[in-house]
Amino acid sequence: MSSASNHTWNRFTLAQRLARFTVFLGFAVALSASLRTVEVIPEFLYDAPTQVIDLLGRMWPLDLSYYPGGIHDAMVETLHIATLGTLLAIVLAVPVGIMGANNIVRLPLLNWLAKLILVSSRSVNSLVWALLFVAIFGPGPLAGTVCIGFRSVGFVGKLFAEALEEVNPGPVEALTAAGAPWPSVFLKGYWPQVVPAFWAIFLFRWDINVRESAVIGLVGAGGVGMVLDTALNLFYWDRVSVILLSIFTVVVLAELLVTKIRKHII
Amino acid sequence: MSAAVSQKYGPPFKTNWWVRAGWTLAFLYALYAANYLDVSWVRFIQGLGNGGQFLSEMVPIDFSRWKLLVENLIETIEIAIIASAFGVFFSLPIGLLAARNLMPSWVTWVFRTFIALCRSFHPVIFAILFVKAVGFGPLAGILTLIFASIGFIGKLFAEAIEEISLKPIEALRASGAPFISVILYGVLPQVLNRFIGFSSYQFDANLRNSTMVGIVGAGGIGGTLFAAFQRFDYDFLATILISIIALVMVSEFISVQIKKVFQ
Amino acid sequence: MASTRSIRVENLVKEYTAGKPVLNDISFTVSGKASVAIIGPSGTGKSTLIRCVNKLIPPTAGNVYVSDENITELSGKALRQARRKIGMVFQEFNLVERLSVMENVLSGRLGYVSPWRAWLRKYPQQDIDRAFELLESIGLIDFFRQRADSLSGGQRQRVGIARAIMQEPHVLLADEPTSSLDPKTSVEIMELLVALSEERGIPLIINIHDVELAKRFTSRVIGLSKGGIVYDGSPSALTNEHLKEIYGGEDWLQ
Repeated sequence: MSSASNHTWNRFTLAQRLARFTVFLGFAVALSASLRTVEVIPEFLYDAPTQVIDLLGRMWPLDLSYYPGGIHDAMVETLHIATLGTLLAIVLAVPVGIMGANNIVRLPLLNWLAKLILVSSRSVNSLVWALLFVAIFGPGPLAGTVCIGFRSVGFVGKLFAEALEEVNPGPVEALTAAGAPWPSVFLKGYWPQVVPAFWAIFLFRWDINVRESAVIGLVGAGGVGMVLDTALNLFYWDRVSVILLSIFTVVVLAELLVTKIRKHII
Repeated sequence: MSAAVSQKYGPPFKTNWWVRAGWTLAFLYALYAANYLDVSWVRFIQGLGNGGQFLSEMVPIDFSRWKLLVENLIETIEIAIIASAFGVFFSLPIGLLAARNLMPSWVTWVFRTFIALCRSFHPVIFAILFVKAVGFGPLAGILTLIFASIGFIGKLFAEAIEEISLKPIEALRASGAPFISVILYGVLPQVLNRFIGFSSYQFDANLRNSTMVGIVGAGGIGGTLFAAFQRFDYDFLATILISIIALVMVSEFISVQIKKVFQ
Repeated sequence: MASTRSIRVENLVKEYTAGKPVLNDISFTVSGKASVAIIGPSGTGKSTLIRCVNKLIPPTAGNVYVSDENITELSGKALRQARRKIGMVFQEFNLVERLSVMENVLSGRLGYVSPWRAWLRKYPQQDIDRAFELLESIGLIDFFRQRADSLSGGQRQRVGIARAIMQEPHVLLADEPTSSLDPKTSVEIMELLVALSEERGIPLIINIHDVELAKRFTSRVIGLSKGGIVYDGSPSALTNEHLKEIYGGEDWLQ
């Protein structure tokens, strides 16, 4: 490439460096423009530490006696919403994932449609999905479960489609050459190859959904979030802190459980 | 004679009782949980009726208030940009201080706990607390997403540092380089590319979340969305949802392009 | 036997880009207990030729008849059912690694068994009996419950061959079946393929780059070069001159 007389070594080509520079410059311009126009009142920021200390003062001491009567059932409901919602997501995501895998369905239009469904599911935040389903099904865990399901389809479906696209094509070719009908090729050629990924995706998403289902109650979709909402509206800060502590505990336990099962399976 | 062969070797397949039990349990659980949550077919069908009506009220979508929409979208983007910049900026030192191969254990313990705290709570909980602390408006949203970013990038960054090769660091230490130089020349070059990857991913995540924090009053398009909901203003709601999806798709496209530049 | 199992390829042409044929006007017929080696340099279309036979790759022109049924004009379900008559053995074995040896062998019956029964693993008893017999005869009976990825290369290829035989094929195609194996195992696999072909009267077509193996085991050699047939005859009549024409150059012959 370079002649013997030219010993300057550059890690990147000029075009690459220019592209990188453009990205950094673009971000710097966007940042300074944002900082100048965003409506932030600095006094509020200076006041923040006082407010936070005041808030912490109201949260302490924790009203632990509130847990058995007020929080426990809602927490169990939250876990049910997370689990059932994840199962619903899988039921919905498998067909969409298959439709999105371009090595299985070779119609670009369908691939594109699947991508649109998956992106829409992921772009709309879980709280927004919760609002939608509360409007449809009324407040309560049904709206929450469907919300978690629809919100997770994008994530589960995307990863499932990627796992399908990465399978070794050899066995699939062999089964096709043996004259197997399409469903059999899928069951015996693709499915065994993606099973480990499938369970990993399920666990991963369940972990995330425990976090999400703890807050969708803020807009009425069931679970511990509804208890939190009540406590916030009534300024029972000592209860708020107990609720937050119990969410934290459950989330950490869920993560530990998932890590343990993953090690066991994979 | 043929059947004798099969009898000699027993059943052709080993039944995987674990898998069977797993599927049966999952099925039974789904029934139990549905019952517990009072999720019934009747309610579902009723809901579908409501849903149909809901969708029909969404069309035709209402673009008459586009000015408000654009202002809100811009504020949403601004929140995401500022929060990403500060979040990334703070994640660098926090990630370094949480890396177990570089720091003494009492330091990493403190920072790992901090990161775990940031990660364990959904951003909306932070948003509520910050709205109480600094009042309604985008500042609360920015602070929320800074903490969310630290939780995500800080963790991944610390893990990336824990995976680096220690040989260059040994060499630098042996040559008597001060600690800062070891970090600058031994550690950062090995993880910078991954760090940029995490950052662009987090920007996407921040953009999505900044469309939501407004629901609890922390600025951005979420506030308008929530208001449209409460006023049953479903045609405007549809407009907002479509523009959020479009915004996220555009940002995903841009981040794919940026990743190409840095590969 | 009432009708002899056979394969007839007529004027087969395959172009990936128009005007540049990979295969140009290939014709040959194989029937009964014959085993044919197809030799030729890499990239000369050996793999494409094999895959044009069962239409995994659709040919541009020409026809392929398996036991007098024209494969080329079939599509959909008819093609699927015709493929059951064509057994195929692969270079990389192409087993489903996470399934058991038994299930891999029985997957050769997937063209006959409904997906529903396949999912429940309710294969007909006679299929299971045949699978046990086959596994006994190829010496893998002790492994039938093991996962395919726990086997060695030679064992895997035996399972791949058993899978193809389970189809009760009218022709057996093997695409470089020994290229991923060591020399000793290669010889064993060739012996097995030829023995099964002769025992069951199935015409065998093998893509192979090892000329010595081809000469030692097959009854006929077809030499491909630049997409055309340049030699078609008995292995003993294959001279260095022919090899030079097929592979080009001569230094490698020394």
